[in-house]
Amino acid sequence: MCTGFSDGTAMSIQNTGTWVGAPYWRNLSQLPTMVVYLVGIVPAIWWFWLGAIGRLGADPMRELEHALGLWALRLLIFTLAITPLRQLVGVNLLRYRRALGLLAFYYALMHLTTYLVLDQGLNFDAIWADILKRLYITIGMTCFVVLLPLAVTSNNLAIRRLGGKVWQRLHRFVYLAAILAVLHFLMSVKSWPIEPVTYALIAAILLGYRLARFLMRGQRQGKLKRVSLDRTEPTALHL
Amino acid sequence: MIIRRAEDIRSSEITPYGAYLNRRQFIGTGTALSLGSLLARTARADTLPAAKSPFSTDKEPTALKYVTSYNNYYEFGTDKSDPSQNAHTLTTKPWTLKVDGLVAKPADYALDDFIKPFALEQRIYRHRCVEGWSMVIPWIGFPLADVIRRAQPQGNARFVAFETLKRPSEMPGQRGFFQPLDWPYVEGLRLDEAIHPLTILAVGLYDRDLPNQNGAPLRLVVPWKYGFKGIKSIVRIKLVAEMPPTSWNKQNPNEYGFYSNVNPEVDHPRWSQKTERKIGEGGLFAERHPTLPFNGYADQVANLYAGMDLRNFF
Repeated sequence: MCTGFSDGTAMSIQNTGTWVGAPYWRNLSQLPTMVVYLVGIVPAIWWFWLGAIGRLGADPMRELEHALGLWALRLLIFTLAITPLRQLVGVNLLRYRRALGLLAFYYALMHLTTYLVLDQGLNFDAIWADILKRLYITIGMTCFVVLLPLAVTSNNLAIRRLGGKVWQRLHRFVYLAAILAVLHFLMSVKSWPIEPVTYALIAAILLGYRLARFLMRGQRQGKLKRVSLDRTEPTALHL
Repeated sequence: MIIRRAEDIRSSEITPYGAYLNRRQFIGTGTALSLGSLLARTARADTLPAAKSPFSTDKEPTALKYVTSYNNYYEFGTDKSDPSQNAHTLTTKPWTLKVDGLVAKPADYALDDFIKPFALEQRIYRHRCVEGWSMVIPWIGFPLADVIRRAQPQGNARFVAFETLKRPSEMPGQRGFFQPLDWPYVEGLRLDEAIHPLTILAVGLYDRDLPNQNGAPLRLVVPWKYGFKGIKSIVRIKLVAEMPPTSWNKQNPNEYGFYSNVNPEVDHPRWSQKTERKIGEGGLFAERHPTLPFNGYADQVANLYAGMDLRNFF
């Protein structure tokens, strides 16, 4: 729904994420989303290429597996950064969020496929034992299962079918996916190396920001309710 | 317990340490005689400083570039490529080594004095990391038993405790806010494990001095245990009566036991130990291989653990 304010102060967000009415420079980029897909897939091509020509060092399968998983996490974190970027910095990348989210899913899928095919050689006994016995693999698999319906419904048709409210509620599961993803990373390594800890902190900040906003809004609304009940006359409130 | 050298090594096969130290000079002379680089390389191969050992495996060694670029040595960073990039900052000369504890002859040694009495041997050993990968590494070293015998352990000594250098100024992994392990890194062996003929202190690999990222100038190699037992850059060896603390066990006692013998039947909580991937083999499509009990050294070492439940003593 676009109500099309043109005075540059109000705004409205379409499903496609165009921020109508904002100054031109704030719509950081008007690039077609296809460019995001094309650029986003470059790391995968690069890593597969290095693997194919034998340039991934001593343990190429592990390198590839890690790189794909890491890019999935980076892209997932990027999608979570879009709202804070808009609200705090005024940089609006909303129209690329679907592309970034889907790319995150594709990388997760490639990461999982590498694990199943190259790491475990499709030995389903070993894979099943891994899922049951090793918590970080259980968590990684759960993360993928959480991402799956989000990826399937990342299109306009799904939004129309589900209705905006339901769709939005469903897609809040991305927060759960992010938590599972960083846990999966943290628990897959020995000790506490700096890299997974850094990603966990970034994810914690991005999710914490939302939680803080949610709590503050709840508080403000509670206060407003109380205020309006106490008053005998209704007051015009400006939020 | 007296450990005798296997009888099929003739003393003539063992290069004296002096000749070992002079090998560069020897090669240099060869080159100076302008015999060409090819011949120089041959000369180098001929002057391998270490005697062959019947304890060596006949498996093809892992390529040197992998042995020296894929390392777990957290003092230089937690990524496997970190040690090869960062370890060059470590000063290994001079190097002092303390041998003390329950021994008749405690001493501080300069490294050369420490090594000098012992004949160097090449030991080509399988190396199995707890993370599920393996290599075959041609170490150069000498039995730890020689060192312990020289120190003359007292009757109540039952364990050997080892300690790595702690020098944050040269070890970037020991600096900073976030530390993956307590420093210094410490390890330990039961005395009978320590004097087992397979257990060596390594000072080299392939035909060269131990590279820094592999634990220069002196490291422990216990081929039937997971790689992290092989403590690197040792500054202290102490004979003790009680089981000493070990770094990974302190960090996570549920995952890393004191013994840490390679055992396909006892899974690490996060890695199956049933199989392993051989580094440098087959690229992206390398297959897993079954892991052997005691990393294939069961015939030599299983008797050390007779009657022990290895699920409890992992």
